[in-house]
Amino acid sequence: MAYALVLVELANGRPAASTGELLAAAARLGEPAAVIVVEPGTAGEVAESLGALGAGTVFVASIENADTLLVTPQVAALQAAVLAAGEVSAVLVGNSIDSREAAARLAVRIGGAFQSDAVDVTAGAAGILVTQQAFGGSFTVTARAAKGTPVISLRQGSVDGTAPAAAGAIHELEVTGDTAVGAQVTARHEQTQASERPSLQTADIVVSGGRGLGSREKFVLVEELADALGAAVGASRAAVDAGYCEHNMQVGQTGVTVSPNLYIAVGISGAIQHRAGMQSAKTIVAINKDADSPIFDVADFGVVGDLFTVVPQLIEAVKARKS
Amino acid sequence: MKIAVLVKEVPDTWGDRRIDPSTKRVDRKGDLVIDEINEKSVEAALLVKEANAGSEVTVVTMGPSSALAAIRKALAMGADNGIHIVDDGLVGSDAMQTSAALAAALRPGGFELIITGNESTDGRTAAVPAMLAERLGLAQLTFLRTLSVTGDGVTGERMTDEGHLDVRASLPALVSVTEQIAEARFPNFRGIMAAKKKKVESLGLAGLGLPADETGAENSWSVVEDVAPRPARSGGTIVKDDGTAGTQLADFLAAAKLI
Ligand SMILES: Cc1cc2nc3c(=O)[nH]c(=O)nc-3n(C[C@H](O)[C@H](O)[C@H](O)COP(=O)(O)OP(=O)(O)OC[C@H]3O[C@@H](n4cnc5c(N)ncnc54)[C@H](O)[C@@H]3O)c2cc1C
Ligand SMILES: Nc1ncnc2c1ncn2[C@@H]1O[C@H](COP(=O)(O)O)[C@@H](O)[C@H]1O
Repeated sequence: MAYALVLVELANGRPAASTGELLAAAARLGEPAAVIVVEPGTAGEVAESLGALGAGTVFVASIENADTLLVTPQVAALQAAVLAAGEVSAVLVGNSIDSREAAARLAVRIGGAFQSDAVDVTAGAAGILVTQQAFGGSFTVTARAAKGTPVISLRQGSVDGTAPAAAGAIHELEVTGDTAVGAQVTARHEQTQASERPSLQTADIVVSGGRGLGSREKFVLVEELADALGAAVGASRAAVDAGYCEHNMQVGQTGVTVSPNLYIAVGISGAIQHRAGMQSAKTIVAINKDADSPIFDVADFGVVGDLFTVVPQLIEAVKARKS
Repeated sequence: MKIAVLVKEVPDTWGDRRIDPSTKRVDRKGDLVIDEINEKSVEAALLVKEANAGSEVTVVTMGPSSALAAIRKALAMGADNGIHIVDDGLVGSDAMQTSAALAAALRPGGFELIITGNESTDGRTAAVPAMLAERLGLAQLTFLRTLSVTGDGVTGERMTDEGHLDVRASLPALVSVTEQIAEARFPNFRGIMAAKKKKVESLGLAGLGLPADETGAENSWSVVEDVAPRPARSGGTIVKDDGTAGTQLADFLAAAKLI
């Protein structure tokens, strides 16, 4: 059977959270195999954990100081893995900024059909079908590769299930003579899940705050509600622009797209660009003092009222039910 | 320094954006505008030009004849000249094909810096910049929220899902910028008048040297099998706060087994 290759991102030497679902998706398309980029001599432990997650083979590109180069080592590793694997049914990567770009470059290099931000993949008689959402979930699109190997980036949290544990046999790749010019990474400023909160992309519940919060200090109310619910914190662009929170918390057309079970919009008007990032949530709740706000058009439960009285009461009621 | 800035014409996000079920492509009959992220890319290019005397900014777009308006807007902001890639044979191109056409147009230009948006608001593939860097053999500094260009190098902060990285590369290089890069300037009257006289070169398939059997929808790398609009949401419950709305909301969440 042909290999379905998965590019695995490593965080502090461990497979990123999305790895399990990528291997589960790969198992539908071929023989699941992982591709990793590591410092020479450090593949052993990772390979074992990748085997447990379903990788029969682990293609290892041992590259010194790979984390000081942007994207190009991953492209070289994928290219070498495609070559070593012989027959490849698909290449799957997570839809993170880094992996998506590695996949895009690989598609050019090997002549592959690149499909971005898939929410589902299936193998059928007509080949591999990829489901995508357009315009923030306003349309569902099903596509397939017309030629070349499908190279697919998969949105986090979109595929359920796991692949059965497999051998995780190491296959060292020859990665030499990669001529791609790389950009240098001179410093990293990243928090790897320092916070107790779930990540925005995969959280079951998201609580987002907008300009209605009024200040960075008062935005804490959104965080308190999120913590009472065990939720991730999101924001509107107006809240980000006003400096209430970090930019990578922005939900919407030019931010993160989320589809949690429950989305609570607090002090957000619901502009079309915001709705494009959250309207596929299963249940939507809105709290806004203006009854004409467009957010109420998509709300399953809306409260017209002052968030500074409604939210504290909600937090108390949630805590009371939990205890 | 020769700078190319890539802009795309997209359906206005304030309007009702749709996919045409017959062509299975983005419906471009409504209002079309220069993508907001590309106004910011143009701003970034102009800032680099202002910081590096003797620079020139070329606006490049691939799109139907209407896309000339996007070029004119960038020229009115202060860019120097334009390249418009337009040909019926390019209609329906995917990211692979778009990047091939853009690469063909950019290669002879001798550009030392190419600036793009991080992702377009219609396709949202966020792939064209990386593909273009690959095709042109350039270092890619993508998703930059800050950008500084001096004689021979580019530095900036790259957004990631967990924070940011400091990155650098030598010129020539390709840069994509995020919406935090800068606020775009408004063209003034003089700029708008001057833009009408600036040179815009039109390039078709022949001029690009692209074989006709690789371009257009019938030769694209992926085919859309099906397009389905999302079912409309049915109206929800809206309550006016009478002093108990917070508790009512908790009751709703509990009844729906969400807490
Ligand atoms: C190309 C483009 C891309 C964009 N991308 C995004 C994106 O990715 N994400 C995004 O969010 N936006 C995006 N926007 C911006 C979007 O158009 C809106 O400007 C933005 O979403 C507004 O944020 P907001 O709802 O917080 O602010 P506002 O629209 O100002 O709404 C604030 C709301 O808070 C309510 N409020 C105020 N005080 C209280 C109170 N005490 N109690 C209860 N309610 C109160 C008000 O009634 C109002 O409805 C984009 C715009 C463009 C043009
Ligand atoms: N047809 C096009 N013409 C010019 N530039 C484009 C085109 N398509 C994409 N780009 C550039 O690539 C960026 C990212 O687009 P995308 O990869 O489509 O999300 C855009 O912001 C533009 O700068």
